Amino acid sequence: LSTADIISTVEFNYSGDLLATGDKGGRVVIFQREQESKNRPHSRGEYNVYSTFQSHEPEFDYLKSLEIEEKINKIRWLPQQNAAHSLLSTNDKTIKLWKISERDKKAEGYNLKEEDGRLRDPFRITSLRVPVLQPMDLMVEASPRRIFANAHTYHINSISVNSDHETYLSADDLRINLWHLEITDRSFNIVDIKPANMEELTEVITAAECHPNQCNVFVYSSSKGTIRLCDMRAAALCDRHTKFFEEPEDPSSRSFFSEIISSISDVKFSHSGRYMMTRDYLSVKVWDLNMESRPVETYQVHEYLRSKLCSLYENDCIFDKFECCWNGTDSAIMTGSYNNFFRMFDRNTRRDITLEASRESSKPRGILKPRKVCTGGKRKKDEISVDSLDFNKKILHTAWHPKENVIAVAATNNLYIFQDKMN
Amino acid sequence: MEDKVVSPEKVEEAKLKARYPHLGSKPGGSDLLRKRLQKGQKYFDSGDYNMAKAKMKNKQLPTATTEKAEVTGDHIPTPQDLPQRKPSLVASKLAG
Repeated sequence: LSTADIISTVEFNYSGDLLATGDKGGRVVIFQREQESKNRPHSRGEYNVYSTFQSHEPEFDYLKSLEIEEKINKIRWLPQQNAAHSLLSTNDKTIKLWKISERDKKAEGYNLKEEDGRLRDPFRITSLRVPVLQPMDLMVEASPRRIFANAHTYHINSISVNSDHETYLSADDLRINLWHLEITDRSFNIVDIKPANMEELTEVITAAECHPNQCNVFVYSSSKGTIRLCDMRAAALCDRHTKFFEEPEDPSSRSFFSEIISSISDVKFSHSGRYMMTRDYLSVKVWDLNMESRPVETYQVHEYLRSKLCSLYENDCIFDKFECCWNGTDSAIMTGSYNNFFRMFDRNTRRDITLEASRESSKPRGILKPRKVCTGGKRKKDEISVDSLDFNKKILHTAWHPKENVIAVAATNNLYIFQDKMN
Repeated sequence: MEDKVVSPEKVEEAKLKARYPHLGSKPGGSDLLRKRLQKGQKYFDSGDYNMAKAKMKNKQLPTATTEKAEVTGDHIPTPQDLPQRKPSLVASKLAG
């Protein structure tokens, strides 16, 4: 297993026709959905490779003795404004805007150069011709249009495009910056939680996202399990939140692990903008933006791990950052777990299902079988016991098509695309 | 009446404290966070470098290097140790 192939982010574009993945080696691979046509009735909207390019390279900051990984932390698509597609990709320090365009014609018949590029001798040219456009095999080119660098002292964990389609935010462990998509030499700092004395550091920013339709609102989550909603109209520096979301904790149940497992690894607004979802180590919570005191729904992802926290702390798994996502109608949510398992919850029926993304359990066009983890007592056939789970097989990144029941699941270095039928 | 039910979390905490008695009581506190903020830090110490170079005359240093180890002490850091890796020319397997 080459570690460079480990997928580090997955994201559908606004139409769902394109799916981008980023990996630890700094590469981006974009898949495109095949248009269903009479010629290929069985392709049923399969995703095939559309473009692949190297987005980031490894760097070394000699001034700070800091190694900068090329791993792509996040990809976010921009809304499509013309024939080309654009996306933002970021590693720990630098965000890049990439434009992906198609070329299916080329000009032939230049006067001053041959077809292979060699220059023609001007004295040999006796007649003038007009170059004509000829069809050529489709070529998809990716070019970096903007490089947003040198704005983050700490490691970037999130980027989010604003609903105004002109600005976006980038968040690192202690600060959040607001950028204009056209301007690379400046950004506004809108949140700064760095204490004057670093000894007093108690929490870091873990994720941030812009509200889907209110361009002045964004949220950021922390390592202490809290979420702050900020309004950019209130002040230039949004250090004081407009809303503060935290679930009250029973002090008697507090343990060494409490704060670590409460750390929020992902926050996502619902498409409606009415709710937001947070992922902590053991659960997914849905919050109503109108109620700060506690979440409205809590889903247990893998509660059986609570009695394994000691070993999960020792092997560092307790610090794994799982993401979560909504389906297009906000009726279902999905998140990953270990052993290549991922979980889906239907918010209306309260049904949940555990599925596995692995070669052994997925056949092309086969139906996925629900999986079950046995937590104690007698293990039934087909169940897997907690001690047999493979904690190296983590599903941290999943994505849901914005309109249809198509999901993308990244299992280490493999990408699975399932067209799921939910009743 | 004594409550005999101990939460699984507290059981796990007791296990951890038994294995690491020096573990601080503030787990989510600044130590952990500062370690997180310092990810990627790789130090070069010119004093160590020169001392190691002087020692090298006396003994043969192993050529094998550990990529992620802190480059100080006996090991002479070389430009190869610093992760200036060549850009990845291999196409991603997803594109294959």
